[in-house]
Amino acid sequence: MRILIKGGHVVDPKNKIDGPMDILIENDRIKKIGKSLVEKADQEINAKGKIVCPGLIDVHVHLRQPGYEYKETIETGLRAALKGGFTGVCPMPNTNPIADRRSDMEFQIGESRRLALAHVWPVGAVTLKEEGKELTEFGELKKGGAVALSDDGRPVSDSNILRRALEYAKKFDLVIMVHCQDEGLFCGGCMNEGFVSTKLGLPGIPVESESVEVARDIQLADLTGGRLHFCHISGKKSLDLIRQAKAQGSRVTAETCPHYFHLTEESVLHYNTNAKMNPPLRTKEDVDAVKRSLTDGTIDVISTDHAPHAESEKDAEFDRAPFGIIGLETSLALSLRLVEEKVISLSELVTKMSLKPAEILNIDRGHLSEGAYADVTIFDSKAEWVVDKEKLESKSKNSPFLGWRMKGQATDVFVDGRHILQDGKIVA
Amino acid sequence: MTETKKTHHEGRSGQTKFRWTKKDLLSLEELSREEIELILTTAESFKEVSQREVKKVPALRGKTIANLFFEPSTRTRTSFEVAAKRLSADIINFSSSSSSTSKGESLADTAKNIEAMHVDTIVMRHSSSGSAEYLAHCVKAGVINAGDGIHEHPTQGLLDIFTIKERKKSIEGIRVCLIGDILHSRVARSNIWGLKKLGARVTVCGPPTLIPKKIEELGVEVSYDLDKIIKDQDVLNILRIQLERQKGAFFPSIREYAAEYGISMDRMKKAKKDVIIMHPGPINRGVELASEVADGPQSVILDQVTNGVAVRMSVLFHTTMVEKRV
Repeated sequence: MRILIKGGHVVDPKNKIDGPMDILIENDRIKKIGKSLVEKADQEINAKGKIVCPGLIDVHVHLRQPGYEYKETIETGLRAALKGGFTGVCPMPNTNPIADRRSDMEFQIGESRRLALAHVWPVGAVTLKEEGKELTEFGELKKGGAVALSDDGRPVSDSNILRRALEYAKKFDLVIMVHCQDEGLFCGGCMNEGFVSTKLGLPGIPVESESVEVARDIQLADLTGGRLHFCHISGKKSLDLIRQAKAQGSRVTAETCPHYFHLTEESVLHYNTNAKMNPPLRTKEDVDAVKRSLTDGTIDVISTDHAPHAESEKDAEFDRAPFGIIGLETSLALSLRLVEEKVISLSELVTKMSLKPAEILNIDRGHLSEGAYADVTIFDSKAEWVVDKEKLESKSKNSPFLGWRMKGQATDVFVDGRHILQDGKIVA
Repeated sequence: MTETKKTHHEGRSGQTKFRWTKKDLLSLEELSREEIELILTTAESFKEVSQREVKKVPALRGKTIANLFFEPSTRTRTSFEVAAKRLSADIINFSSSSSSTSKGESLADTAKNIEAMHVDTIVMRHSSSGSAEYLAHCVKAGVINAGDGIHEHPTQGLLDIFTIKERKKSIEGIRVCLIGDILHSRVARSNIWGLKKLGARVTVCGPPTLIPKKIEELGVEVSYDLDKIIKDQDVLNILRIQLERQKGAFFPSIREYAAEYGISMDRMKKAKKDVIIMHPGPINRGVELASEVADGPQSVILDQVTNGVAVRMSVLFHTTMVEKRV
């Protein structure tokens, strides 16, 4: 099967391509990439006026299966991913039961193969049942297909456990993705501690709950020489620490999510539970710091922390509603705003949403080299659309962006050469 | 005059005054100065009703009011009950222990069930901040916030202001000090909003651990040292200290709290002679307030209770009479 993508603006940071190029896909690989290709093909895709890039990868999502299928399933989650332009996602292990065994990795990969939608690159738990006490079998998890380890949803509070995890993970070259939260400072909070929480009478989470653990985790990364990746960083204080650590050679990487560079704690006013997530939305100063950190490279990756919850769960008193918002279908458009605001270039956007994720996870994706797997995303950066609850692929609709006007949408997605999103529609 | 009869009340001077248009009373933050003054003016007339031989007016005859209390309360609930009855309304009580919430029913469902019985107004106290606003969006009935978590307790704020006005004639320029656990106090927040809108000078005083972040941005002064500022205050509104807060490391012991912030007879010597002492109740005698002061000549605590009924009559009257949206 040969597919020729013609006329698009190709952005492939690894190969330093940022201009008009044609791409020939043969079966599951990129056969040829060059200007004005003349090739016989079974299908020709006209990508004129659109951006063509290596398939987007979301390193941090929650697909809720097994255990919480009423919120999302691997199937509905991957459909949402495809709609959002992603060719692969990393589901976090806080399912029910916790994905802390080889068979859990194999189940997810098996499901994704059966569904033939986007890739699943599973993340195994660091500790059994994410209880923070005993390490999981990193070797077994890796054999089962795990690309990273995380106790996401929770911090690894015991410094010694995290230290040993970082050391042990070196043997398997697995990155440990940490959710930074000092439980004491977190103290039952449900939004950022500040003026808004004072007005609303809601217990607050000080930004130090995140930065105190960022500081600790940097030192543990240095102590052990292990690879550490900071999940969903939200605060200026944390970013200042990470910037300094990187300058001094620490082996750390960091991710943030679109809501941390677009929304502040003010979105919580009127007790909007669709603005409730952990870590919480913070102040304008923090938003500005996140943007600066995207520009200067302190933040390596844009992920979504896609966290579906049923409407009945979010439709509750603020303190009772669960933390989390979906994000797969709005991430690209929101991240493109950064390009418009000149915070990052288009090439840097693709780096942060495709190349860097692949590098951190040690998977052979994120680039369009000849011979590479044909995971390709085509998007129209000018397409205007409105976030319509009814049109979302995700089973859950908990997004603060409902009703927002967006600019930028994926039109076509190829996963291992299979043209699975065609002109905005999923062809399964 | 018929169309205006439902939504406004003529003041004593006989002039038609400002209209009340909200079906709910959720907070003092969202009220304008005029709306607050309207409630207080109406409350004055209703106070007089409570002093008559026949303590009843037919203003809300035929209306059904539901008390929905998810947190224990005798004082506030009874106050609303008396207020409703004096207006000739029918009042029903739902309390948390006997309610379906203990069976896991959501707040929205509980409310819809009550609404299905065609209740006109729901008075709710709930432990979640924002629950009153949440309820108001769920139901067509009017919602009166009788305390939502640590967010606001608007009728308490109003009756506190009413009481101050009674004694001090005006709120403008009056120096009010709120003392105690400001962080967890809905009474404090409501008082701050109401008093600031009417021109008072507000200070919050308590241990640093119990002062909320950035509260100065609401226009209040902050002090940790009661002895230093007590001499300047016209009103001391003493908040109840919850003894469980000791476990959260907010203060080490009751003894120390009482020593640093308790209003004792000794401390009163430093205060103005005509200072008034207020407390929303119930009082931890000997902790935040000494018995002799609570029962002494400067205390207006029982007036607060009396005024509470009048203010609640006013609030019930204005909100219940608003044309409900279909």
